[in-house]
Amino acid sequence: MTVLLAFDLLLAASIVGLAAATLLMRDAFAMIVAFIVFGMLMALGWARLVAPDVALAEVAIGAGLSGALLLRTLAHLRGGSLSAQGGASVSAPANGATQGVNALLAGLATCALGLAYLGAPQNVPGLEAHVADAMPESGVTHPVTAVLLNFRAYDTLMEVVVLLAAVIVVWQVERGLAETPAPALGTVYQGFARVALPVAVIAGGYLLWIGAEAPGGAFQAGAVLGAVAVLGLLSRHVRPAPAHRPLARGAFVVGTAVFALVALGVAGAGRVAFEYPPAQAKTLILLIEAMVTISIAATLAALFHGRAPVAVSREETDR
Amino acid sequence: MTEATIYGLAGLAVFGLGLMGVLGAADRLRRLVALNLCAGGAAMVLVASSWRPPPAAPDPVPHALVITGIVVMVSATAVALALIRRLYSLETDTDA
Repeated sequence: MTVLLAFDLLLAASIVGLAAATLLMRDAFAMIVAFIVFGMLMALGWARLVAPDVALAEVAIGAGLSGALLLRTLAHLRGGSLSAQGGASVSAPANGATQGVNALLAGLATCALGLAYLGAPQNVPGLEAHVADAMPESGVTHPVTAVLLNFRAYDTLMEVVVLLAAVIVVWQVERGLAETPAPALGTVYQGFARVALPVAVIAGGYLLWIGAEAPGGAFQAGAVLGAVAVLGLLSRHVRPAPAHRPLARGAFVVGTAVFALVALGVAGAGRVAFEYPPAQAKTLILLIEAMVTISIAATLAALFHGRAPVAVSREETDR
Repeated sequence: MTEATIYGLAGLAVFGLGLMGVLGAADRLRRLVALNLCAGGAAMVLVASSWRPPPAAPDPVPHALVITGIVVMVSATAVALALIRRLYSLETDTDA
């Protein structure tokens, strides 16, 4: 018990320390690496709080893919390399007085929130009893999946729409932007990618399937498959070309479309939208999850790649 | 002192640090990372408050909310990064 308490205290201190380090690191590359490590440790903390689904999502999306996105942009700002001697130097800090006032106000707000948190009643029952009561009708046996895909499916649909909106915005914003060479992996990592890709594909499929009864599900699976696509882009196994655009658009939309169609399709005969008939609930949830997984994976990979694929000149393709 | 208290307070501290970064950081990339810290801290408070002493299972509803939040945050990050890249290319164009 005391060992675990010590571990919790140490982990919590490391998380806060890494958050501070993220803000204090001078070099942007070091800052992003600190942020990724922060995400990993935070996920470990969530695993300690018996939230394995959230921990998986954080490791795969919050730390992994966000980190990859940040590093990709840093490479762009530094003209294709990640070392500090490119353009994009860290600008001068804002003036001292403003910083002091900011720190004071942020500190006050945090203290107020801390008092509110400590003063709030602890261990009062939340919604878990309602969830447990409704579980037999949900079609799955894992509560988090039941909440995500059944009880609060509307939220989840909106979340898939947010991803869709993000990729549309990124493609529009990046239109006509000068192409920077995407970073490529060295020979050693090429070998690693060959070993890791098939394993990751299987892991993604497994996460999707197991989500019905154990931690896992569409988001974690989509993130793992998205990472597969990112690795494919980095190892130049996947080269986006204009011909891929219709396919990519289809993949972005399929999750939202199938989700919305199923949600509306089950309405009628005394049922409202999103109220799956219990007998078919598991099949419908798996169908939605599979399609959402495809959308998430494609969208995250596209967000990493940045602009819509355009025709590249011959010598660029050969590189 | 329970796990919920320890991680809840850590989450609040992370949120506060992130808030400070969002307000004070001069570098756009750093401000975006600070915003991500804020999101992480808020998520940590939610997860900590859904924790129940061991024999009981935690409340799954905040967990689902946090998973949604993580995906929304990565979308927001991607859009912000695209804007940062665009701004950078606009600035370097005028300098040249």
